[in-house]
Amino acid sequence: MFTRPRFLATAAATLVAATALAGCASDDAPAAGTLEVTDPWVKTATPEDMMSAAFGTLTNTSDEDVTVVAATSDASPEIQLHEVVGGEMQEKDGGFTIAAGESLTLEPGGYHLMLMGLPEAIEAGDEVDFTLELSDGGAVTFTATAKDFDGANEDYDHEDSMDMGSSEEPAEG
Amino acid sequence: MPAESTGVSRRRLLLGGAAAGAGAAVTLGAERTGLLPGSPAPAADATGINGARIVPFHGARQAGVTSTPGAYATYLAFDLLPDTGRDRLAAWLRLLTDDAARLTQGRGALADLEPELAVRPAGLTATFGLGRAAVERAGAEAPGWLGPLPAFPQIDALEERWSGGDAVVLLHGDDPTAIAHLARMVVRDSRAFATLRWRQNGFRRAYGTDPSGTTMRNLFGQVDGSTTPKPGDEAFDRAVWAGDEAPAWLRGGTSLVLRRIAMDLEGWDEVGREGREASVGRRLADGAPLTGGGEHDAVDLEKTDERGFTVINPAAHAARSHVSDPGQGIVRIGFSYDDPVEEGALDSQGRPAVSNVGLLFGSWQRDVAAQYVPMQERLAQADLLNTWTTPIGSGVWAIPPGCEEGGFVGEGLFA
Repeated sequence: MFTRPRFLATAAATLVAATALAGCASDDAPAAGTLEVTDPWVKTATPEDMMSAAFGTLTNTSDEDVTVVAATSDASPEIQLHEVVGGEMQEKDGGFTIAAGESLTLEPGGYHLMLMGLPEAIEAGDEVDFTLELSDGGAVTFTATAKDFDGANEDYDHEDSMDMGSSEEPAEG
Repeated sequence: MPAESTGVSRRRLLLGGAAAGAGAAVTLGAERTGLLPGSPAPAADATGINGARIVPFHGARQAGVTSTPGAYATYLAFDLLPDTGRDRLAAWLRLLTDDAARLTQGRGALADLEPELAVRPAGLTATFGLGRAAVERAGAEAPGWLGPLPAFPQIDALEERWSGGDAVVLLHGDDPTAIAHLARMVVRDSRAFATLRWRQNGFRRAYGTDPSGTTMRNLFGQVDGSTTPKPGDEAFDRAVWAGDEAPAWLRGGTSLVLRRIAMDLEGWDEVGREGREASVGRRLADGAPLTGGGEHDAVDLEKTDERGFTVINPAAHAARSHVSDPGQGIVRIGFSYDDPVEEGALDSQGRPAVSNVGLLFGSWQRDVAAQYVPMQERLAQADLLNTWTTPIGSGVWAIPPGCEEGGFVGEGLFA
């Protein structure tokens, strides 16, 4: 379940990692396959939107390549790992691979976590928990802050192109 | 660069010569450099030293109160949406705190597609204040003074469009681009919680125009604010910080009064230099009291001339606003405004107006009723400057203390 406002991560985001048991945080978890998630945020959405997207920077702090193969959140029954190629959004085959010591930035118009079939609104200031599942069986959790954002809109219908530039949200406030 | 900087003299570092580069920023630290007595004319800051200047955001006080006012200021006032309850109010303050904590430190905000605008903060600060309605939405105790000031019918011509607001954000710093970007993040992150009630922009001299520490001049040409205590002064601390008399969430915080004061430049044109100096009781050239000494010497309200009249007119601004103990007075933070002339506006002679200028008169004080109101009452009763000045906007907000990393400004309201 994602929680309504508690604490906003002002610096590095929550990092819990590298254990096959999601939610089982441990500071002395094995170092292999460790990802640090910084500046995570998720776009606000109404239930009518049905979808949203989450962003942030994934930094591989280990000395081995790390591959994110899936993402889950109580806020969304389905999350896909997406990339944008030639202006069109598509699932990233094989997940996100981050080389040892490298970072991958998830951002509007680029790589992102695509949330689909949202059962309820994500409101500005909400804090949404995510878990990234890694190819080595590990998992990384982080909490993303919900931000109003007019970009990153995707008219997703499973067939046609994604219009990354449109801004069809109803006006707020 | 390393090879060049090795031989850079201390003087060149202090003066910010082009060769000094990044080393100069380290040497100068967070404070501005002024002119060194007896030193040759300094090179201009051609290295962006001031752009990189960062005022720490986190701490016991909100940094916009404790730092020297920047060259530019933007005030944003908001009204809460009807359904912004206690939890949503906290969420809003968390979001705004996060934006400010990042952008004032030279980092992009979350969901910031223009992070390049953040990297030159130039001393950017953000200060958050809450009106009575916001405190009540939080379910917290509001201090008695939190609300509109009493009316001052002798002088007030207040307009709703410049007055009030359930919350206020003051951004000040030396770079208007940095301010504009933080302002944009603040208004974007406020849409779900509040509506923008008004926005007021002000300025002082640009960075580098005056030596640091120079008292500002308002658009009447007056040195304005000579007696106001400065951050770090003992009197500043006594005047500003709320103590045990305040609700727990406000202790270590303060209050902000903002008055938008229109200045009648055309009427001022009719006054000669002597009359101008007499209206304030200070010399135009350097701000020194008409009773002598330098700008920061005390005004002698008893001193008489050869005819037996006091040198300083009892109705002069300096006489009417005088407080014997600066720790019992207010601390001023002023910025000029010079806005486009409004359609149909007339000047004091009934002609089409050609100027729309004034002062964003801000003041910090621990207790509005005890410190601000008595002073304003005296000035409303008599102050020669009232002839050419008109308050057209007014607001009062509680300024909570600062927060540490991981916290947010106003968190004490929700404790």
